[in-house]
Amino acid sequence: MNLPDIIKFVIDLLAVLLLALGIKGLSKVRSAREANILAAFAMLLSVIGLLFYYLRTEGIRTQSWAWIIVGTLVGSLFGTLLAKKVPMTSMPETVALFNGFGGMSSLLVAMGAFIYPFNEGVKAGSLESFINDVSISISIFVGAITFSGSIVAMAKLQGWLSTPGWTQLKARHFVNIVFGITSLIAFIYLISGNNGSPLWLLVLASTLLGIGVTLPIGGADMPVVISLLNSYSGIAAAAAGFVVKSQLLIVAGAMVGAAGLILTQVMCKGMNRSLISVLFGGSLSAQTTSSSGSGEYTNITSCSVEECALTLEAANRVIVVPGYGLAVAQAQHTLREVTKKLEQNGIEVVYAIHPVAGRMPGHMNVLLAEADVPYEQLKEMDVVNPEFPATDVVLVLGANDVVNPQAKNDKSSPLYGMPVLDVQEARTVFVIKRGMSAGYSGIKNDLFDLPNTSMVFGDAKKVLSELIGELKDLGVGDK
Amino acid sequence: MNFDSLLWVLLLGSLLGLELIGKVPPTLHTPLMSGANAISGITMLAALTAIIKAEPNSPLLIIGSISLGFALFNVVGGFFVTDRMLAMFSRKPIKKNK
Repeated sequence: MNLPDIIKFVIDLLAVLLLALGIKGLSKVRSAREANILAAFAMLLSVIGLLFYYLRTEGIRTQSWAWIIVGTLVGSLFGTLLAKKVPMTSMPETVALFNGFGGMSSLLVAMGAFIYPFNEGVKAGSLESFINDVSISISIFVGAITFSGSIVAMAKLQGWLSTPGWTQLKARHFVNIVFGITSLIAFIYLISGNNGSPLWLLVLASTLLGIGVTLPIGGADMPVVISLLNSYSGIAAAAAGFVVKSQLLIVAGAMVGAAGLILTQVMCKGMNRSLISVLFGGSLSAQTTSSSGSGEYTNITSCSVEECALTLEAANRVIVVPGYGLAVAQAQHTLREVTKKLEQNGIEVVYAIHPVAGRMPGHMNVLLAEADVPYEQLKEMDVVNPEFPATDVVLVLGANDVVNPQAKNDKSSPLYGMPVLDVQEARTVFVIKRGMSAGYSGIKNDLFDLPNTSMVFGDAKKVLSELIGELKDLGVGDK
Repeated sequence: MNFDSLLWVLLLGSLLGLELIGKVPPTLHTPLMSGANAISGITMLAALTAIIKAEPNSPLLIIGSISLGFALFNVVGGFFVTDRMLAMFSRKPIKKNK
C-alpha cells in the first residue's frame, strides 16, 4: 500500500464509523439532529476521500471535472429547493420521490458500467467479469424496481393516481409473475456474457414489475412500501459497490438495506399487517367493504360543535387523538389554537400518539411539532393508555382504526390483536369525522356505537375553527 | 480487492444495519427513514467513479453525470428535509400568554 491508498483507507473507515454513529444517533430524540448532520458530513468525507484518491493516483481529467460539477450542482440545487419548499404534510411522498431518484442513480450507473465498461484488466469469461456482470444486473434490477415503485407510490400519495378496480383482479399476480420471469431470463442472459438487448429487456421488465407490484396497494399501506423500497435502494447501492469495488459503498448500502427492513417490519407490526399481505393482498379497503356486511351502526349519537365546546370547557383533563384525517386536512395549526385556549383555562391537554398515526409512523409527531406543540405533551400509546380512565374528554380527530375497541374485544375481527388506544375508558369521547365511512381497514368501529361517544361531523379543520369560535363565546382562554 | 472480502464487508454491513436500528421510538420513524434514504444516495460514489474512469468524450461521462445528479438530489434533499423535521423536535421554550 502506498500513501494515497492508506489515506483513502483511513478516510473510508472514518466515514463508515460516522455513518454508523449517524444512523444510531438518528434513533434517539436528543441526538437525532446532530446525528443527521454527522451522517451528511460522513457522506461529504467519503466524496473527498474518493476524489483525493483519484487525484493522487490516476488523475482526474478536466472533462471529468466538468461533468462532476454539472451533476453536483444540478442535483444539489433541485434537491435543496424541494427539501426547503415542500410542506410537512407531504413528507411521505417526498421521501418516496427522493428514494426513487436514488434507485434511478444506481440503475443509470450500472447501465453505464455495462455499456461502457470501465474496470480495466477484466478478462471476459473470468470470475471477476462474471461477478461484475452479476453486480451490474442486480443493481439494474433493484434500481429499476426502486425507481418505478417509488414514483408510483409518490403519485398515489399525491392523489395523482388512484387504485383502479382492475388492479385488484387476481390476474395481476399472473402479469407480475410474467414480468418477474422476463426479468430473470434477461438477468441470466446478461450474466452469461451477452451484450445489448437483454440489458434493455431487464430494464423494461423490472420497471414494469415495480409498477405492477406497487399499483394495487392501497394508499394507507404506502408508507410500508416506501420503507421497503428504501431498503431496496440500499441494496441497489451495495450492488453498485461491487461494480466499482468500493467497500464503503457496500457497507453503507448494506446498512441502509438492513435498517430499511427493520423499519418496514416495525411499521407492519403497528398496523397489524404482515408484509406479505401488504405486498400481495391488494388494497385492504377494496376487499373488505364488500365482505363486512355487519358494518351497521345502531346507536350513533351526533352532536353539535357547541355541545362539544361546552363539555370541553367543563373538563379538567383532555386527551387529543390525532390521526390520518388531521394530517390530510392539514389542521394541526388549528388544533394547536384550540388546545392553547384550553390550556389557558387551566385544562391539562395531552396528545396520544398511536405508533402509526398520521400518514407514516412518526409523521404525526413531526406535524404537531411543526404546530409548536411542546414535545412533552406528546405521549406514546403505552404511556397514555392507563391515563384514559382519569380523563374527562377525548377528542378523536380523523383517527379511526387505531381507536377501535374491536381490536381488544372481538376475536373474530380482522383488527384483533392490533395495539389500540383505549379511548372508550374516558368519560366522554368526541369523534370528529367527515362521515360514517370506515377507516382504511374498512371495518366498523364499535367505538362510535358506545353511549359515551358523540360524533361531530365535518372536516377536521372546519370543525376545529368553529370550535375556536364557540370557545371564544364561552370566554375560554380570554384571560 | 478480493471478491470474498467484499462479501464479508456486505455481510458485516448488513448485520451492523440490523443492530443499529433495533430500538427506535415511533416518533423518529419518519425522520429515520428519511435520513436512511439520504444515506442510500451513497451510490453517488459509484457515479463519481464512473465519470472519473470514463474515456475522453465517452457517453459514460453524461450517463455518470445524470446518475450523480439523481444521487445528489437524493442525498442533499434527503439530509435537508430530515433536518427540517428534526429541527421541530428541538425543545422550544413554551410561549406564555401574550
